[in-house]
Amino acid sequence: MITFDEVSKQYNLTSALSDINLEIEDGEFVFLIGPSGAGKSTLLKLLIREELPTAGRILVGERDIASIPESQVPHLRRTIGTIFQDFKLLPQRTVFENVAFPLEIIGLPDEEIQRTTMETLKLVSLDERAEHFPWQLSGGEAQRTAIARSMVQRPDILLADEPTGNLDPQSAWEVMQILAKLNKLGATILMATHNFDITNSLPHRMLEIREGKIAKDTKVKKETKEVKGAKK
Amino acid sequence: MRTLLRLLSTTFKRIRRNPYNASGAVAVMFLTFFVGGSFILISLASNKILSYYESKPQVIAFLKDGTTQEQIDSIKTDLEKTDKIESIEFVSKEQALEIYKERNQSRPELTEFVTADILPASLEVSTRALEDQTEIAKLVAAQPQVEDVAFLQEVVENLTKWTKTIRYVGISVITFLILTSIFVTLVVIGLNISLHKEEIEIMKLVGATERYIRTPFLFEGAFYGLLSALISTLAAYAAVVWLSPFVNRYLGEFSIVPVNPVVFVYLLGAEALVGIFVGSFGSYVATRKYLKV
Repeated sequence: MITFDEVSKQYNLTSALSDINLEIEDGEFVFLIGPSGAGKSTLLKLLIREELPTAGRILVGERDIASIPESQVPHLRRTIGTIFQDFKLLPQRTVFENVAFPLEIIGLPDEEIQRTTMETLKLVSLDERAEHFPWQLSGGEAQRTAIARSMVQRPDILLADEPTGNLDPQSAWEVMQILAKLNKLGATILMATHNFDITNSLPHRMLEIREGKIAKDTKVKKETKEVKGAKK
Repeated sequence: MRTLLRLLSTTFKRIRRNPYNASGAVAVMFLTFFVGGSFILISLASNKILSYYESKPQVIAFLKDGTTQEQIDSIKTDLEKTDKIESIEFVSKEQALEIYKERNQSRPELTEFVTADILPASLEVSTRALEDQTEIAKLVAAQPQVEDVAFLQEVVENLTKWTKTIRYVGISVITFLILTSIFVTLVVIGLNISLHKEEIEIMKLVGATERYIRTPFLFEGAFYGLLSALISTLAAYAAVVWLSPFVNRYLGEFSIVPVNPVVFVYLLGAEALVGIFVGSFGSYVATRKYLKV
């Protein structure tokens, strides 16, 4: 479970988030919506300790991530996958190498890396493209590569910051299908987006953030979610 | 071990992708080690010349004709009392003639009319330390049976002075070049860090530790140092081989060349250690300054 307890974040005199109280259950699919500068990305950055809160506590499970030592931050990030609008793929590495990268970092043996990476690539239907370089991929394929990389360590939480922002509707839809599949497999997903078509396409919980505060929190029942998801 | 190999592989990939940066760093470090190595070799050569003089009699006392064995023994005893004498050798008129003939055997016109009678007998005195020779020369000159004294004061003093100068200039130049190498490595690695900014950002996002991100840059600097040490030792060896005929022609009697190959093994070892230190230190400073992990 993710808990935000009276969390505020200020940049100099500007308040990016103020007094956020939030609980996200394991396995939830949460959309963060709101205009640019509302604080959506800041909320995601706080979760991977790219930023520290000015006040309050952020719990991931039992851990207060604001108070873990700096040396533990890489370990935290291995348990939370992240994907971005601009994919953030390494241009000189192939699809396989990009996805295998987090596994190399933790020092897994080559055979295990090979097996896990190919399994993950199959999950996003990119096993045929394993030897391609990022510049040889379409936008949708690049984003699916990024999703595969974020999921290759089997994290419990996946954060997605405008993952469909650079994609055509078809590719965006494919990406959403994969995220829905990962969510069904048990991953908790937090996705920041501007795209209301996308938010309507999946069963979800929707958090609307305005001026650094949660303006609206709409929960959708799990049963309803599954019906809606199946229709699409 | 697996991670180490992956980090080494990352290091060499980065070097291959930025060959100009690598060449710049290696060129400056090569210069440092080549100049440093040259000073070390010149120092070794001047030490060899000094030992040559140390092994020769530094003070030669030419004796008056008719000096008796007792008088010679008395001079020997007086000198040995000083405790600064390595050896004293008596050279008779006949031995002096032989030495003279041997040294001038290629010029028979100089030896034709020379007989043992016109050459003086002498005492060849070696001191334990070169700096004592002036004192011993004075003592020898004061002996009534000694006609004249020859000693190598000026040569040795000059040589000692030059050896010291070479050492000081060498240390100053090497220190300056090592500092330059550290700065150049710092700049090159700093540049590489900014070239890999995106990669570093992604590494951080997927959970790479600070050490994992930093280590390839340290390896890169260390590799520049190691490669420069290797190239400069090879260049020094080639230079010595090339210069050997000239050195032999002008300084043959000192047996400076051929240089024992073991010297180059030691030189490579020392330069490799200094190179690895200089390269990694430059990289370490660069990562502290530019790599915000």
